[in-house]
Amino acid sequence: MVRDLRASVVAVVVVTALFGLGLPALFTGFSQLAFKHQANGSLITENGRTVGSRLVAQAFTKPQYFHERPSATSPAYNGGGTTFANLGPTNPDLAKGVKQQAAAILKLERPYNPGLTIHQIPVDAVTTSGSGVDPDVSPAYAQLQAHRVAAVRHLPLPTVQRLISQHTDGRSLGFLGEPGVNVLELNVALDKETK
Amino acid sequence: MNGQGIGQILVWCAVLIALAYPLGLYMARVYMGDRFLVAGWAGWLRWTERGFYRLIRTDPKRERDWKAYAKTLLIFMVLFWLVVYGIQRLQAHLFLNPDHLQAVPSHIALNTASSFITNTNWQFYAGESTMSYLTQITALAVQQFVSAAVGMAVLAAVVRGLARRSTKELGNFWVDFYRSMVYILLPLSLVLAVILVSQGVPQTFGGHVSARTLEGVAQTISRGPVALMIAIKQLGTNGGGFFNSNSAVPFENPNGLTNFFESISILLIPAAQIFMFGKMVLARRHAWVVFSAMFALFLVGVAIALPSEQHGSQVLRASGVNITQGHGQSGGNMSDKEVRFGIANSALWATATTDASNGSVNGGHDAYTPAGGAVPLVNIFVGEVIFGGVGSGMYGLFFYIVIAVFVAGLMVGRTPEYLGKKIEAREIKYAAVGALFVPTMALALTAASVVTHAGLASVFNPGAHGFTEALYAYTSQSNNNGSAFAGYGATSFSASLGAVAMLFGRFAPALAALALAGSLAGKKTAPASAGTFRTDGPTFAVLLIGVIVLTAGLMVFPALTLGPIVEGLAH
Repeated sequence: MVRDLRASVVAVVVVTALFGLGLPALFTGFSQLAFKHQANGSLITENGRTVGSRLVAQAFTKPQYFHERPSATSPAYNGGGTTFANLGPTNPDLAKGVKQQAAAILKLERPYNPGLTIHQIPVDAVTTSGSGVDPDVSPAYAQLQAHRVAAVRHLPLPTVQRLISQHTDGRSLGFLGEPGVNVLELNVALDKETK
Repeated sequence: MNGQGIGQILVWCAVLIALAYPLGLYMARVYMGDRFLVAGWAGWLRWTERGFYRLIRTDPKRERDWKAYAKTLLIFMVLFWLVVYGIQRLQAHLFLNPDHLQAVPSHIALNTASSFITNTNWQFYAGESTMSYLTQITALAVQQFVSAAVGMAVLAAVVRGLARRSTKELGNFWVDFYRSMVYILLPLSLVLAVILVSQGVPQTFGGHVSARTLEGVAQTISRGPVALMIAIKQLGTNGGGFFNSNSAVPFENPNGLTNFFESISILLIPAAQIFMFGKMVLARRHAWVVFSAMFALFLVGVAIALPSEQHGSQVLRASGVNITQGHGQSGGNMSDKEVRFGIANSALWATATTDASNGSVNGGHDAYTPAGGAVPLVNIFVGEVIFGGVGSGMYGLFFYIVIAVFVAGLMVGRTPEYLGKKIEAREIKYAAVGALFVPTMALALTAASVVTHAGLASVFNPGAHGFTEALYAYTSQSNNNGSAFAGYGATSFSASLGAVAMLFGRFAPALAALALAGSLAGKKTAPASAGTFRTDGPTFAVLLIGVIVLTAGLMVFPALTLGPIVEGLAH
């Protein structure tokens, strides 16, 4: 008993020091040297100002920007407090949220896209993401928004569509995962194009 | 049908098997103390190993019986529980707290300490806004290594018990623990962590970033020493993430490539240990049979979850929006799922993470369709043996194997034998306790939580889904999985009940497995005869699946009818 206790105390201290402090310190040092940009959060800087991270969604409300998927965090797109919405598949609140979001999209997009109906809205546009900070929208949702963004910015539609395809992350290695359009990078590129 | 998604899943399966088989053979050599560890380039590792034994004053050659082995392990765990609890409570006064977080509330700290020492990683807290960097790396991530290594050590001892004859000794806990940590978990984690950080998972002590968005609004972006923790979280069947939304968060899982390796890592060691076992007991064909049975159960889960999620939930189908796959979207039930993973990779992950006792998620299980959410629930309920946890999955599976052999013996009318050893009343008792204790506890605690006001306070969703949340919560904690229908809330009642579930759910089966192994180690082996029921053919695979489905499946079925089945019938 005493033998075991003594061995355990020493092992707890040794393991905590090596695996809890030494290892993370060494690995952080390595990461900062080898992958500095990624290790610090893939931040995007414009004119010396940090405008966000390519891996964290942010709020877009103005019509000249592409908008993100809905977010359940509080406030929305909180990069310091990720969360799911946790609404079950039959929850009335889910039905209400989807309906409201679809109505908001139709109201926003229809002036630029007169024939738009609810059946053309892709599902990711009306559902919360898992993290609340999903940086991507589906290519379908980006195409849907392209008409509005082109009209508001007085850009030809093909220019906007070219930018969408430039900022679409395809499947990794061509076959892993699903394609997504990185909204923040796309909007940064749009701002540059319009300048 | 989702051809591209199914293609990804098939590649995933092929890579898993291609990696797990050689890893299993390597692990067998690690635990058998093979010579390669002494010689050549690994010589210096041997030197540090000796240093460790000297420091804790153990003689690596001195082996112990099952009781002494268990006693050492329990003392070690009690001490670590105190450390994990203490660091959480004191984090406000300690270093590495750049975001100035307060002490973790006592009931959350109690639940979390129990959660991490038991390899559960149930999280009643939001990591980025509750735990300081120090707590994350020295309390939680250390346990992700330690709890995994302890499970693997127990398995090594149990397998030795099956392999040996006429002895009491099962091994030296410290040797098995050290080797699991340093020769298996450490190198694998480093490889995965390098992949992750290269793809965008942060690894910094720099604290959060304050950004000004394109529209000029302030945004807080949490970062931290994430990559290393995510690597061991995936490999050690831990599942407890740095961030609240776990591997759905881009900072934990930024793209399809990281998702591929993270989800492979969930099942890698649990699958490898079947081959390890086969090599250690010289029964490779039997190991392949067991592997095939588990793989079949895994595929059944995917085959139910994938089409259910692709079909979409009732609400989404009724809403009128486009849920059809193709034309630039993956469609289906995208509630609480991420665009870059889509449906196939989410359904695959949800199945893998609950077959193994991992519990990490890349989307919200609470929002899964009734059938899609029932798959993880049933996977967990069968006791985390469909590959299962590192160590714990395989030793948990022995309970079912022994029961299957016993049932076969009854049918043939002979004393059942397993690996040449007679299975008698005592072994059956240990196996029955090991197999039935946890599911019974899970149902009892669920019942306790839905008939008390204090318990009902945790339920978030209305109707049958709310019951499923409670059932999932106690099933997950009792079986040390750690995934959640995350709407289920933390109260001091649910946190304490959960702590009890996790501690008993971990140590009762571990002790039963060690006792079973101790008992089998003492027996002589007899050569197989014409009357011996063969455990290395397809008949045994079918029998094993049947025993698992009948034992655990029938226990969970009545509860399923109250939850997912009622919900699935609703419109």
